[in-house]
Amino acid sequence: MTSATLSPREMKRRRRMGADYVAPSPYSVRNALTRGDVFTKLSALVFGLGNLVRKQFVKGALFLALEIAFIVFMAVSGAGYLSKLPGLGDQKQGKTLVDGFWVYTKGDNSVVILLYGVCTVVLIAAFIVLWAVSVRSAYRAECEAREHGHAPTFREDLHDLTDGRAHQLLMFLPTLGILVFTVLPLIFMISMAFTSYDHDHLVLFDWVGFENFGKVFSNSGGTVNAGLFVSVLVWTLVWAFFATFLNFFLGLFFAMVINRRTTRFKGFWRACFSMSIAVPQFVSLLVMRTMLQPTGAVNRLLMEWGWIDSALPFFTNATWARVTVIIINLWVGIPYTIMQITGILQNIPADLYEAARLDGANWWQIFTQITMPYIIFVLTPYLITTFTGNVNNFNVIYLLSGGDPTPIGSSAGKTDLLITWLYKLTVDKGDYNLGAVIGIMTFIVLAVVSLVTYRNSGSYKNEEAFR
Amino acid sequence: MSKHSETAVTDDATGGMVKAESHGLMHDSRKRRILGDVLAHLFLAVMAVIWLIPIVWVFAESFNKNTAPYTKTFFPTEFSLDNYIALFTDKSVLDFPKMFANTFIVACFTCVISIAFVLSVAYCMSRLRFRTRRTFMNVVLILGMFPGIMAVSAIYFILKAMGLTGDGMTILALILVYSAGTGAGFYVMKGYMDTIPTSLDEAALLDGCTRLQVFTKIIVPICKPMIVYQAIIGFLTPWLDFVMAKVICRTQSNYTVALGLWLMLQKEYIQNWYARFAAAAVLISIPIAILFIVMQRFYQESMAGSVKG
Repeated sequence: MTSATLSPREMKRRRRMGADYVAPSPYSVRNALTRGDVFTKLSALVFGLGNLVRKQFVKGALFLALEIAFIVFMAVSGAGYLSKLPGLGDQKQGKTLVDGFWVYTKGDNSVVILLYGVCTVVLIAAFIVLWAVSVRSAYRAECEAREHGHAPTFREDLHDLTDGRAHQLLMFLPTLGILVFTVLPLIFMISMAFTSYDHDHLVLFDWVGFENFGKVFSNSGGTVNAGLFVSVLVWTLVWAFFATFLNFFLGLFFAMVINRRTTRFKGFWRACFSMSIAVPQFVSLLVMRTMLQPTGAVNRLLMEWGWIDSALPFFTNATWARVTVIIINLWVGIPYTIMQITGILQNIPADLYEAARLDGANWWQIFTQITMPYIIFVLTPYLITTFTGNVNNFNVIYLLSGGDPTPIGSSAGKTDLLITWLYKLTVDKGDYNLGAVIGIMTFIVLAVVSLVTYRNSGSYKNEEAFR
Repeated sequence: MSKHSETAVTDDATGGMVKAESHGLMHDSRKRRILGDVLAHLFLAVMAVIWLIPIVWVFAESFNKNTAPYTKTFFPTEFSLDNYIALFTDKSVLDFPKMFANTFIVACFTCVISIAFVLSVAYCMSRLRFRTRRTFMNVVLILGMFPGIMAVSAIYFILKAMGLTGDGMTILALILVYSAGTGAGFYVMKGYMDTIPTSLDEAALLDGCTRLQVFTKIIVPICKPMIVYQAIIGFLTPWLDFVMAKVICRTQSNYTVALGLWLMLQKEYIQNWYARFAAAAVLISIPIAILFIVMQRFYQESMAGSVKG
């Protein structure tokens, strides 16, 4: 296809993507419906008709079977699920006296209705995709039959799946997995943010629009309010910043000390620090938690030695608790950074250093002009993922401090991150709607921080630089 | 290669160590180096002790005769093997062998499926050019920003609707949950594949290989180090995950090791199970430690790129 026939949008796309650009397939739905023959056009109603006419029996039958299956599903149950979705059901479980016996009538369960409704909507979306695929496939069969005398046989199609369209074969299952176990739960959870699904409405609830967002961002004095949200958000960002950058710079320092030419037993030191990776994180965290309790090993020992009179408030004073989780996170995280940076340090081209030294650069200039830029270039995506990982660092906070200290009557503790707060609200309290709102807000925070940085990083713009 | 860069790094670190010293010392390079060495080794020794103490403590505690958590001394005084024996023989309260078996089965399946998923997605992203490629990468990036915890209860509802939360089905549910989304973790593998020269593919394509054959016969063998890395990650997930398992496994007979360990430290159990907790922690740490030692080698190789220049 020459560039003359491309639409302005395609031209823009092509300029932006450069060598990555892939021309759109000529077998588009629009072309099929405007230029296709009668069988191709009819394929929009009877899936696979165009394929069947062109002797692609297996393919055509598959399309037709899928269409029939979908229609049957919609007729039998899908329509029912959809019709209940707007109201989410209002039938309470009841009992009536029939012939002297209590007979229980099954009430509606809004969660189930919501889940099935969401699934049906997703299935409808899938059906629309199937429609497009079948129309395009019919048009393609028509064109190829015209050009080569016959449409590709089933065997040829299968071969094509291993070669020209290998991505369809390889991506199918992984994408399906992501759709069912990542996207579907997310849609389901996001939709909960717009309902009244909380501890008072566990069975029957309704759509409430943006009311929950209003609750989180008002100072009406509920368990979740704007003041609490802002304080948790600020702590989350402070935590993520310190956890990411302290880990990075201290890890860099450790790695450089180990990597000095005259440091002996390099392997031994690295092994010492890697030992803590080998112990499962939750084990070391639980052990530390037990040790740092008011009656735990650390406090008892310090008191026995006479260094302190009363137990140190590791998890009972807000500032102590915050510093404690950051320091223990250093213990957990630095070994990973050492591992990562060691490999990169050894990869920095040596001639850069030699040239710098010939030019009379001192150690600080070498460090700031060569070592740091190189490491930052390689590790920018890693730093961003670490930052998002730390915003979502459930394990360290939940297992270590559990969000404590928690002021009485507050739904979030002083060390609670957005993510642990969300967990407490949903799993412990049953306030699914508020949890979902906080989840969405977390996402927005992360998206703003990372998408901008990531898209500007060298490794995204220039992924083929090192080939 | 590594020799050279170590030389370079040396000077940074040494210089940093002595900056505060007197002017005369700065010019005596031998004294400067010795001082730097002493300080560096001292620093490393102190830090190594800090890093090792909790691990040594867990190891010592696992042999502790006294099973209560709050004892007089930091390290135990009397040692015995009772904790290990009790862990495998006393099944009345917590059935540790069963948990171990559950986790092992889940881990094996997750490992295999995650390798297959990650390899195929990474290959498509790195080597094949199709129209939805960039879209897919962006969508995965965006999905990764949604807090995973948010979906936990939703996943439970979905599994319940599928009928996978009943007794006996939990293992299948866990395998599905741990492995289904692994395709999204293709970034590291893709980065590795990006360093494999495309001339290899082109030569194979000229020789009549299909894209799939290029994948299985050329790319996969070159990616062996990263496959080991991926295998270990996949294998470890079920041992380390705690949140997902807690929501999905509602009855104790389905517990995974992580849940069992967590339960041992709850108020009801901690008095009797503290030492056994340490023993169980040691038992699962040993295989993980071995895996990590293996992994570290491959990990550094992967950082250095696939084909050495």
